[in-house]
Amino acid sequence: MIPLNSFLVLSAILFSLGVYGVLVRRHAVLILMSIELMLNAASINMVAFAVYTSPQRFVGIIFAIFIITVAAAEVGLALAIILRLFRNRTTANVDEVHELKW
Amino acid sequence: MSANEAVFYFIAVITVISALGVVASNRVAYAAISLVFTLVAVAALYILLATEFLALVQLLLYAGGVAVLLLFALMLTRARELVPVLDNAQKPFAAVAGLGLLGVLLTMVYQTTWPRNASEPTLVSLNAIGDALFRSWALPFEVVSLVLLVALVGAIVLARSEEEEEE
Repeated sequence: MIPLNSFLVLSAILFSLGVYGVLVRRHAVLILMSIELMLNAASINMVAFAVYTSPQRFVGIIFAIFIITVAAAEVGLALAIILRLFRNRTTANVDEVHELKW
Repeated sequence: MSANEAVFYFIAVITVISALGVVASNRVAYAAISLVFTLVAVAALYILLATEFLALVQLLLYAGGVAVLLLFALMLTRARELVPVLDNAQKPFAAVAGLGLLGVLLTMVYQTTWPRNASEPTLVSLNAIGDALFRSWALPFEVVSLVLLVALVGAIVLARSEEEEEE
């Protein structure tokens, strides 16, 4: 049986890579992809805990389904916002959109 | 090492390498393809965890829907320069933040004794998931579907072109 720790370590690595990507990328879509990595890491954790600690309950699995649904909604909305941004500014790089920065 | 564990480590290595590709590759298309690989590998992990339904949802929604949406977004927002600079100047700080977070998480994982049940993960039946989803989690389910509806209507309104609005 695969130890629970292996899943937790894997999802920790995935989450840290996602954080690194969010901080380092310039293109808004690439930032969104890194956020997807973090969401996936979180849902791996949820499912691993659900399966290893309480197999008769489905809380973790239901949570993972909700995470996937919300992620889909988020990607659709973010795509619309990024398209709008690109149409107005001809760039999707977040560091070139700095009107609100002081 | 059992066969299960060998498969797990194989998938884990694929997941980590392709996730590295997402955050470190220097072409947007490569990053997108790496993301598809990561999502499929995570679906394989769900199968290892005996939650086949989630693996199917992951493949259909993530690897199918979300990845295609992201590819569309990349295609529609192509940069002007031929080889665009994808990373900003705060790379070292980002690496420190990522590694620091990884260190904290790993310490936390290894210092906690997690509760565990001795039995192998058994296959969670679709019936049981549907039962739980529509009985005990019916209200959150409806709220999530409303969120999805509002988000998608909002996306359509936002993405409409200017000419259509003037009509």
